[in-house]
Amino acid sequence: MALSAEEASRFAVLLEENQDTLVGIWTDRVAEGLRGRLSRTELQRQTADLFKGFHLALAGGATDLTHEPADELRAQLTELSSNRARQGFSTTETAVSVFSLKEAILPKLGDDVASLQDYIAFSAFVDAAALFTFDSYVRVREELIADQAEQLLELSTPVVKLWEGVVAVPLVGTLDSARAQVVMERLLQTLVDTGSPYAIIDITGVPAVDTQVAQHVLKTVVAARLMGADCIISGIRPQIAQTIVALGIEFGDIATKATLADALRYVLNKSGSRKPRER
Amino acid sequence: MSDEGKQLEIVSDQDVVRVRQLVRTVSVAVKLSLVDQTKLVTAASELARNTLVYGGGGSAEVATVNNGRRQGIRIVFADQGPGIADLDLALTDGYTTGGGLGLGLSGARRLVDEFDIVTDVGQGTTITITKWCR
Repeated sequence: MALSAEEASRFAVLLEENQDTLVGIWTDRVAEGLRGRLSRTELQRQTADLFKGFHLALAGGATDLTHEPADELRAQLTELSSNRARQGFSTTETAVSVFSLKEAILPKLGDDVASLQDYIAFSAFVDAAALFTFDSYVRVREELIADQAEQLLELSTPVVKLWEGVVAVPLVGTLDSARAQVVMERLLQTLVDTGSPYAIIDITGVPAVDTQVAQHVLKTVVAARLMGADCIISGIRPQIAQTIVALGIEFGDIATKATLADALRYVLNKSGSRKPRER
Repeated sequence: MSDEGKQLEIVSDQDVVRVRQLVRTVSVAVKLSLVDQTKLVTAASELARNTLVYGGGGSAEVATVNNGRRQGIRIVFADQGPGIADLDLALTDGYTTGGGLGLGLSGARRLVDEFDIVTDVGQGTTITITKWCR
């Protein structure tokens, strides 16, 4: 049962007349649901804001949450869910912050049939508002997850400078096509930026080297070579070496080493930078 | 004799990772050596990706088996894809229709103890691999 314009204005008056008591009761109910994880003062401020939002919407004659007078209220609800989502509250805890308004307002209504009808209509309006927080909450969470996935991609593919003229890419985890692409771009850009003639790709942190991983690594090496840099693959553990042989993957004339330290020593010997005094 | 297996759907790249993780967990549980673990995980990774890329998605079933003397792991990859027309050619090193290295299927066969493939054009492909504890 939807709210009628007449009911909306009646509730607007009711809210206005009982503002302080209603905000008080509402805040108490919300505080119960959140079990002291937000300070009373902050909750009081939030519910007071929401209360104003509801009042404004109803006074403006909004009979549905999508109507124009409810714009302000929707913005407040969005902000509330986005804050709650970022602070780690659950969807229930977020929705309860809105649902509790129904509990707060019930004692202010009479117990005749007309009041009951009013209450049901008002309930529907509050329910819609609470469901709206659900949607916003989920949207914010999804944005958070997408952000984190992107951050993880960035985090997991650093290109570090090991020595003058030597950069290294320590690969950790699964090397899928998306990550391989990021790795290659980063490495080639770093080679240009630092003017390094040597690059070491360390696969110690890659749990399984299958043909796809090998192909990605090989392509990266070939691309680096085209740019004039020498590539060394390090971090080939015994079990990985045996698997690569069984699979039949050929690394050709690409230098491979068991550890990153071996690779660095190899590069330093080759470039002669270990003995700077003799130069 | 074999245990009730665990079945995973393969419909995305994440599922390939999931298959790999499951195979690794089971490999550790039946105490495969580190080398055999890595070989089996790599073979599973190849075949799971083949199921996804060439079979258009399918499933993998991982179960522990026991032949009375030794424990092992059996994995069945099944898809309802186009099937393999020329199996000998597909099992040739370096042959690929998908731009890979052409070592996945043939390499996977070398990585496991038992390799069985049932395929027909239009009938999908089912590959069963087994690795025994040494």
